[in-house]
Amino acid sequence: MRRKVYMTGGYNTVSMGTGRSEFHPKKPRPGLEHYIEEAGKGTLAQIGGAENVDEGVIGNFMAARFNKQANLPGFMPTIDEKLQWKPAISVEGACGSGGLALMSGIKSVLAETGEVVLALGVEVQNTVKAIYGADILAGAGWYKNRKNGHAYFFPGQFSDRAGAYYEKVGYDRARAGMKQWFINAMENARLDETAQEHQNKVPNLSALYDKLKPNGAAFVDNLSVLDCSKVSDGASAIAICSEDGLKKIGVDKKNAVEVVGFAQVIRNITNFPTDLTEVETIKKAAHQAMADAGVTIDQIGTIETHDCFSIAGVLATEALGLAKNGEGCDYVAAGNTARGGAMPMNTTGGLIGWGHPTGATGVHQAVTIWQQLTGKAGKAQIEMPKDRPYGMTINMGGDDVTVIAIVYKQG
Amino acid sequence: MTYEERLQNVSVLGAAGKMGSGILLLTAVEMADLSLLPENKGKSFVLNAIDVSPEGLSGLMKYLRDQVRKVAEKKTVWLRKVYADRDDLVENYEIIDEYIFDVLNVVRPVTTMSAAYSSNLIFEAVSENRALKVKLLTDIDTNNGNSPWYFTNTSSVPIGLIEKEANLEGRVIGFHFYNPPAVQRLVELIKTDKTTEDVIEFAHKYAKKLRKIIVPSNDFAGFIGNGHFMRDALHGMKEAETLASEKDMPLYKAIYMINKITQDYLVRPMGIFQLIDYVGIDVVQFILGVMNPFVDDEELHSDLLDKMMLQGVKGGQKSSGAQKDGFLKYKGSRVTSIWDIHKQTYVDIDQFKDECDEILGDLPDSVVAWKSIVRNKKKDDILTAFFNDLKSSDALGSVTAVNYGRRSKAIGEKLVADAVADEIDHVNTVMLTGFFHAYGPVNNFFE
Repeated sequence: MRRKVYMTGGYNTVSMGTGRSEFHPKKPRPGLEHYIEEAGKGTLAQIGGAENVDEGVIGNFMAARFNKQANLPGFMPTIDEKLQWKPAISVEGACGSGGLALMSGIKSVLAETGEVVLALGVEVQNTVKAIYGADILAGAGWYKNRKNGHAYFFPGQFSDRAGAYYEKVGYDRARAGMKQWFINAMENARLDETAQEHQNKVPNLSALYDKLKPNGAAFVDNLSVLDCSKVSDGASAIAICSEDGLKKIGVDKKNAVEVVGFAQVIRNITNFPTDLTEVETIKKAAHQAMADAGVTIDQIGTIETHDCFSIAGVLATEALGLAKNGEGCDYVAAGNTARGGAMPMNTTGGLIGWGHPTGATGVHQAVTIWQQLTGKAGKAQIEMPKDRPYGMTINMGGDDVTVIAIVYKQG
Repeated sequence: MTYEERLQNVSVLGAAGKMGSGILLLTAVEMADLSLLPENKGKSFVLNAIDVSPEGLSGLMKYLRDQVRKVAEKKTVWLRKVYADRDDLVENYEIIDEYIFDVLNVVRPVTTMSAAYSSNLIFEAVSENRALKVKLLTDIDTNNGNSPWYFTNTSSVPIGLIEKEANLEGRVIGFHFYNPPAVQRLVELIKTDKTTEDVIEFAHKYAKKLRKIIVPSNDFAGFIGNGHFMRDALHGMKEAETLASEKDMPLYKAIYMINKITQDYLVRPMGIFQLIDYVGIDVVQFILGVMNPFVDDEELHSDLLDKMMLQGVKGGQKSSGAQKDGFLKYKGSRVTSIWDIHKQTYVDIDQFKDECDEILGDLPDSVVAWKSIVRNKKKDDILTAFFNDLKSSDALGSVTAVNYGRRSKAIGEKLVADAVADEIDHVNTVMLTGFFHAYGPVNNFFE
């Protein structure tokens, strides 16, 4: 890279929705502006205030429909009035919007148009019931496929993927891996106070998973709700800085992560995936990002991957080369992706445990990696092996369509 | 006439009432679902919502719109298949909106009885007034050339009398929903000596499509549900009066105590006085009046209810579903005070609760809440343990509760002995499903 790029000052709001005791579907809740403000202020407080920020970027998927609100850059000054009259943009790539916000910030720093960029992701989804939210989220697919899609469009898409995977490796083997993915998500989420499943107290997660079998009459054929990410309100923010930018805000490199490689890859949205049991775009993005960083998977100590559904987590382990084709389920079932395993993944719960405020998720992943690599993850902290000091985030929009992969190390 | 043909023209009498609106909702959904089947495309389905109140019908349409949305949201997966050939309906919300329109489009709200003259099936859900029911059904049957079938929702009037007086030979059946019909799964089915097999068969199919549980009851005033509840309520009121005179205490304190015993000690969803308020003091008094002439060996009457009515305290529910004040005064679902029949005012529970609880004595430690046990698979074991502890306690509350449980059982057994119910199971099913009891009244817990 022509310039060093860092991230620091990460902040997550609570991921609000079912699972949080303070969430009541029928009572009024904070809106979009509250989450933008809280996350933005959270980061500004760690980087010496708004006067240090050169640019802003907001990642968001569907505020235009969930909240009847577009033109999100105009919300930047609601975080701090000193952001008024400064440049800001918003970016959209479905659930990859947060990752695109990071990409935008990285590119601004590389282009030397900014030394400090405030990158923020936000989504407030609990404004509508899930059956209508499904319509809105279906916008991440090709609109011409909506008519023939499932009422719950995206669960339907990944149910088809799960069904194909059951065919390929056998139902029980596949479900064992997906179950362990779910258990890891809950156990990790319990360690992070902002996680939607932080208060989860289910004594026997395995029994719960076994009991709640997929039921196509009520939901989708091959997934239960436990295989799905949450419907969430939330925002995350992080500062993306040059070396000079870090100096300006007075943050020591040790408290920042350096972006050592990245890749952003898209797949033709009008085509169906060539093989339902592979996440091709994730594979390409992750390998390109590692090549860009000059590292191999053996040097990476923790990964945040986009587990909108448990099956996506299992397939990602194969795409990353952690497991052979068709063996990701065994790899996960053996505990390799648990926090104490060979490759801890989604250490604050991921999309299934922490939550999935769609447009915020990419930024939330970066915040988690920043926390883990700089020792700020609190109870969720894992020990980073000395010989594997790198972290990676993989953020996906749609059904393996818009993917952003970034490799980090401590600054 | 096939099931579908029978349902192509239906009328509901008293459609804006509490029971009528629920019956209308369920029937409108069933008719619309039939109309959406490929084989029924192009056929007309008409449901006349007949009521004397234009305001009530206006409220009914709003109720229907809101309720059908909820119904549609729960079956969107199916609806997407039903509307698969409609290219203009893409998103769930478009499909749900279309379905709401299709259901409402079946309904014709009217205030004139003549709408029913072309129906094949008539649901009767007007007030519990035998003369009114007979008058309306006679009028329709005289003017309707289809020899329609009549489903009456009466909870107390013998069906055979309606049949005879309105001259409906074989074409009437008691189809008694529980309140609210959209939620409660129980239906008491009461045939007369003459009800034809066709009518009975249709009633079973219709109930099944609505996912209702049918319990057959014989044609005695009050049937099984009110047959038990009315006698149980009379016993509760008598117990309160006895307790008040024995302990020389004001009646309102005794009402508090009996209500507590019937809820907490007997592990029921609500105490007997709260249940009377829920049904309505006026309704209970009225139904007792309907039933009483048909029983020889007991007096189904309560002076206490008469007094309450004279004092203008009626209970029942507001159109919003909120509870009106009756024997008890409510704040939300919480009971705050009890009616003092002498001073004609409510007395705050906090003023006497501790004193009364002390008179009742301690509840055994094994006590369980109705809510925590009603869906528990091991509830019989848990209840046995608790009721055994009740039996071995000589505290006033425990002793009264055990006697109450025995009386409740005796009422159930008498319903079978009097041939109101064919079997004990039917009595228990009615109380379990229609009254949400955690256990049937005929049991061995209190022996």
